[in-house]
Amino acid sequence: MSPSIEARQLSKSYGQFAALTKLDLKIQGTKCVGFLGPNGAGKTTTMKILAGLIRATEGTALINGVDVAKDKRGALASCSTLIETPEIYPSLTPKEALSMLCEIRGVPRGERNKRIDEALARVKMSEWENKKVGGFSKGMKQRVNVASTLLSDPEVIILDEPSTGLDPRGMSEVRDIVMSLKDRLVFMSSHLLAEVTEVCQEVAMIDHGKLLVYDTIENVTGKFAGGGNAVEIGFAGGVDEPLRLRVSKLQGVSSATRSNDRHLIVKFDHAAVTQDKLLELVAGLKAGALTFAPASGLEDAYLSLIKETL
Amino acid sequence: MSEEHPRAKAGSLAHVWISAKYNFLNYFRARRFYVMLAIILIISGLLTVLVGYYRPPGFVDGNALGFYGAGWGSFANFVVVLSAAFFGGDAISGEFQNRTGYFLVPNPIRRSAIYLGKWIAALVASTIVLAVFALAMLANGLFYFPGTVPWEFVQSVAFAFVYMVAALSLAFAFSSLFKSSSISILMSVILLLFVFNVVDTVAALVAGIEPWFSITYGAGIVSNILTVPYPAAKTVVAAGPGGRFTISQFNATVPEGLLILGIYFVVMLVLGLVLFERKEFTS
Repeated sequence: MSPSIEARQLSKSYGQFAALTKLDLKIQGTKCVGFLGPNGAGKTTTMKILAGLIRATEGTALINGVDVAKDKRGALASCSTLIETPEIYPSLTPKEALSMLCEIRGVPRGERNKRIDEALARVKMSEWENKKVGGFSKGMKQRVNVASTLLSDPEVIILDEPSTGLDPRGMSEVRDIVMSLKDRLVFMSSHLLAEVTEVCQEVAMIDHGKLLVYDTIENVTGKFAGGGNAVEIGFAGGVDEPLRLRVSKLQGVSSATRSNDRHLIVKFDHAAVTQDKLLELVAGLKAGALTFAPASGLEDAYLSLIKETL
Repeated sequence: MSEEHPRAKAGSLAHVWISAKYNFLNYFRARRFYVMLAIILIISGLLTVLVGYYRPPGFVDGNALGFYGAGWGSFANFVVVLSAAFFGGDAISGEFQNRTGYFLVPNPIRRSAIYLGKWIAALVASTIVLAVFALAMLANGLFYFPGTVPWEFVQSVAFAFVYMVAALSLAFAFSSLFKSSSISILMSVILLLFVFNVVDTVAALVAGIEPWFSITYGAGIVSNILTVPYPAAKTVVAAGPGGRFTISQFNATVPEGLLILGIYFVVMLVLGLVLFERKEFTS
């Protein structure tokens, strides 16, 4: 049986606030699926329910066909998770912490050291294996957390923003690790769309607790990216609201959305303005535009599907 | 009941042992354990020096039982409360506040196994601390009264251990109730050192009822056993001008005390476990 993750009518409420509303999602097979959505969309809530950290108000969460609420041990027997940058007991060493997980997961005694050594080597933490975790930086701890997901040869791996706290090299290494997990089902949330584009084959987008789309990245970008009518423009002095409004009023521009402090994603109508003309218009604003490049297809699709950041 | 997944190999008892082993390792290496040991050594050292220098009445001028009553009897419950708060007060709340639960809980292990393992680890750490204090008292006692170890002292140490078992369960229950480590530790200390004692006094003196519902009332057997004859279960003393009022004083008998501590152990352990099972890891 191929590995699977399934949410059936999954809902989670905190008082009046609905964090998740009747989510239906079935992912099956060995692949990497990106889980996207704005802050508060319900990504971490979904993953926490799957990991047994919280209970669903309604609905069912299944891993490999096993209901997490009814049989957490069975459901997580072949599933590793990394949710919200966990902390490790500070007085333990990485080797001891991973040894604890090996014992819990029933890794045979004779294989434990080999598995731990391999996992720590993959996250470049071998030389720290006997130092106490309490003295580690956030990035080093996250590397050990990533190593912990590789220990027991799981069929399913759930990763909630695994690059959090890592430096650029660390991020790149985690991407490489995720890409190497070809024979498993990896379900990964991330705000880094370039990372998702690079490592995932499929993507599920969620907003306000509801699933918007689940498909291959090609299909999602094909349906929602708007045929390359989006560019990302970087400004030296940053992007404030007046600048965003000025750009949005340029000829042919249908929307201008801040992607971060220094960048705008600008969607435009090909019939009204060409890309080179738009560049000319933006330069004419004399607002310190530094970069001008086509927006990634996934980013474009994301922006057309998700209209608000909260 | 659902069938167990074939890859969930290790049994629940094995998981309790794994949780206990690594939690004890964490306790044993933590500064907190050595701070607690230092506190006990300071208390023991001060008692040794002060008794040796001032020879206060009640310590060395009577019999061995009097010495153990004044030394061990006065401080044992304090050591128990401090150990329970130090090792149990944030055992569960720390999993939420420090986010260590995010590392351990999303694994094929029952929360009850994590809970019981942590409880056992805390009990072992607390027992070491209590044993150090008991040995320090014993060494002093043997110095002043060579070759004499009253049976009542041995019983008192055993009762202190039972009190520690119950106090740890209470501390764990509070630890499961709160998500803040400092609040759960503080609540354990305040309750065990002050609130229950005040309730005991108010119940007995004002309401005239036996505080059978109080853990500290049950723990009275730790010091009472060192009093010969054992204090009466109830005494009524006339008070006020012309003896117009009466004040009741209660002492738990040994069976009563053990029963109260036993009930606290079971009820609080189960309560804490239920709270932990239901508690959610929300940020």
